[in-house]
Amino acid sequence: MDLMGRFFKDDTSSKDMAVERLRLVLVSDRAGVSPGLMEALKEDLIQVISKYMDIDEEAMEVNLSSSELSAALTASIPVKRIRR
Amino acid sequence: MAGMVIVITSGKGGVGKTTTCANIGSGLANRGFKTVLIDADIGLRNLDVVMGLENRIVFDLVNVAEKTCKIRQALIKDKRFENLYLLPAAQTKEKDAVKPEQMVELCEELRKEFDYVLIDCPAGIEQGFKNAVAGADQAIVVTTPDVSAVRDADRIIGLLQAREIADPRLIINRLRPDMVRKGDMMDICDVNDILAICLLGIVPDDETIITSTNRGEPAVLDANSKAGQAFRNVVGRMLGEEVPFMSLDFDLGWMSKIKQRFIKK
Repeated sequence: MDLMGRFFKDDTSSKDMAVERLRLVLVSDRAGVSPGLMEALKEDLIQVISKYMDIDEEAMEVNLSSSELSAALTASIPVKRIRR
Repeated sequence: MAGMVIVITSGKGGVGKTTTCANIGSGLANRGFKTVLIDADIGLRNLDVVMGLENRIVFDLVNVAEKTCKIRQALIKDKRFENLYLLPAAQTKEKDAVKPEQMVELCEELRKEFDYVLIDCPAGIEQGFKNAVAGADQAIVVTTPDVSAVRDADRIIGLLQAREIADPRLIINRLRPDMVRKGDMMDICDVNDILAICLLGIVPDDETIITSTNRGEPAVLDANSKAGQAFRNVVGRMLGEEVPFMSLDFDLGWMSKIKQRFIKK
């Protein structure tokens, strides 16, 4: 068993784990946007859009996602009614 | 020609900023450059003891900033080099005893007279960091090859870039070649890939750093110290010389070198 264990041992070294964990944690660190800023952005979005449409503020979602090369802001805003 | 102001920073504490500052400063002075070291770690001063100058302090950084003394009065001349000076931190004040504008003014004054102004930055990203980087042209980021130090270094690099301190350079400190070889420590490529800034030096984990700090004599002056050699290499690179990075085999005894060769074949 010991021998088998040695042969089939999980060969992820602790260093590889360190690199992997760092890469993941840095993605969110580098996005670097505080919850306060996101909340303020959301408030402003609501104000602007409300001039034209009736939106469901409760169900609204605003997210910032980032990859190594770029960051993207995505907003999901359910519309209840278009103002005329 | 006006001198260069370089801040030595890391984010995380205990990775070797002060040691790096003392060694690079002594190395530059040894190469003939007029150098001043500023300890910006107000309240936790240590550059004085690492340099072995703790008994000579009369005035400090806060006295200079508040103009209760002249800059010249606060500068302590090094024991070993005529052209090396230390401006110590205050030990009994808070970090906010100095303002960024005062640091800028101080750096502008010092660069008139010195070739290099090195600033030993405190750990953290608060007021002490803001003061230390305020007057700097360039930055050296020190890290160790572990997840928390590299993460903090990444944050610091972001903050430096936001302050338009272009192209900070990296020193990877306390590398353990034996652990790297076993796959138990991130190697130079791993850290370099993640942080993606120019590599200025690799310093091995070395007992001579502890013994030289015990004595208050920077290891860069010890011809037999591996870490000292690494710091001499860093100084060479700062002066624009092409110095190859140290081989990782340096700490192997002759027995294990033979063994390694044997295993390879």
